[in-house]
Amino acid sequence: MLKTRIIPCLDVKDGRVVKGVKFVDLVDAGDPVEAARAYDAAGADELCFLDITASVEARGTLIDVVRRVAEACFMPVTVGGGVRTLDDIRALMLAGADKVSINTAAVRDSAIVGRAAEKFGAQAIVVAIDAKNAAGPGEDARFEIFTHGGRNATGIDAVAYAQRVAELGAGEILLTSMDRDGTRAGFDLPLTRAIADAVNIPVVASGGVGTLDHFVAGVTEGHASAVLAASVFHFGTFSIGQVKDHMAAAGVPVRRDGN
Amino acid sequence: MNIALIDYDAGNIHSAYKALERAARDAGIAATVTVTADPKVVAAADRIVLPGDGAFADCMRHLEAVPGMIETLEDSVRRKGRPFFGICVGMQLLAERGLEHGVTQGLGWIPGEVRLLAPADPALKVPHMGWNTLEPLQDHALLGGLPLGEDGLHAYFLHAYHLVVGERRDLVARAEYGGTVSAIVARDNMAGTQFHPEKSQRLGLGLLANFLRWKP
Repeated sequence: MLKTRIIPCLDVKDGRVVKGVKFVDLVDAGDPVEAARAYDAAGADELCFLDITASVEARGTLIDVVRRVAEACFMPVTVGGGVRTLDDIRALMLAGADKVSINTAAVRDSAIVGRAAEKFGAQAIVVAIDAKNAAGPGEDARFEIFTHGGRNATGIDAVAYAQRVAELGAGEILLTSMDRDGTRAGFDLPLTRAIADAVNIPVVASGGVGTLDHFVAGVTEGHASAVLAASVFHFGTFSIGQVKDHMAAAGVPVRRDGN
Repeated sequence: MNIALIDYDAGNIHSAYKALERAARDAGIAATVTVTADPKVVAAADRIVLPGDGAFADCMRHLEAVPGMIETLEDSVRRKGRPFFGICVGMQLLAERGLEHGVTQGLGWIPGEVRLLAPADPALKVPHMGWNTLEPLQDHALLGGLPLGEDGLHAYFLHAYHLVVGERRDLVARAEYGGTVSAIVARDNMAGTQFHPEKSQRLGLGLLANFLRWKP
């Protein structure tokens, strides 16, 4: 039986983990390779790297980080952040990324999704969607795509966009609620469910996890295929094992042989 | 033992390289893994591994673009019987044809074709992505010592297409995903996995070690 994936996410800037990972006794909490190895040993099902390096010149460091991480652990890795061209995707995959996530470039021109899927296979192409509820008070929820860390509204309907990129050949959607990100108030379940039910590709729920029950709800109520979190793992609020124990107890199938 | 890991510009090979080295070390096998695009190195190898990430048509084009490589593989694997292991699309290429982005001829070493997954349950998403258990369909040296089945170890899958074998005896293990997903295929001295052994931790390393010990 296919298991629900638990995915820790690392924000990487200039080749260093931002905020640091505090849940294990790392010698260097800012070293992405050490963090990756620790999550691998803890039984994470995949790892997500989000490059938040501001300057294009510094992006070469990400390639090096991906290469060192891929060599250090036997765990699938998704890399995203600033991916604009097929050459960007290719460089990351040659360095060891199993999947590459495209965000703003696909919002600007969704045709890149089709070209990337044809070249690298749908399974390798993740489209990251950052969405917010744009409904006014009293209106039904209406989810809109935002770019640049939630600062720029696009006017694009998130559900229609998700369907479009899935048709173009995206293999997965990494869905982040910009309303919930960093709040620990739980995933935006209506958003997650609206997207997950609208497409026939896996949806990873992201943004807002604060309790163990939030992970479960992302799957049972949000219909996500995988759940992603950053700070609750990095700060040691929960271990990967704790999350898996809790999900298993709630009837969500998880992989338990991961080290 | 000399292992040739074929580099034909079809995705990352670092992980496969590291996993083969580690599997050999864990199994106490003295092995040298060489990443190569040189048919002469492949011809001299004791064992051959063909990785592959990407779309079938694109990977086949890249393999054909390496001068002399397919001829060398035909000679080493088919005529001389050197043990061969294909990973993901590297396994799919054994089929007669692939149907991803048009019809593409494969190597044709195992009867069958590479088709889009079509799970019977419409709620199941495609690609088949993540950790799944395996169900062995026959005894095979590659499975030796590996706890499989619903309570067994997991393999990491990441694919929308799979090799539908023309002859049942070529399917060694399946995964359940709204029907049968071809997980491990083998015929004579050739074997391959749809999942990624280099990403499948204990199961993957154990399987690669079994391949290195395999005497087909």
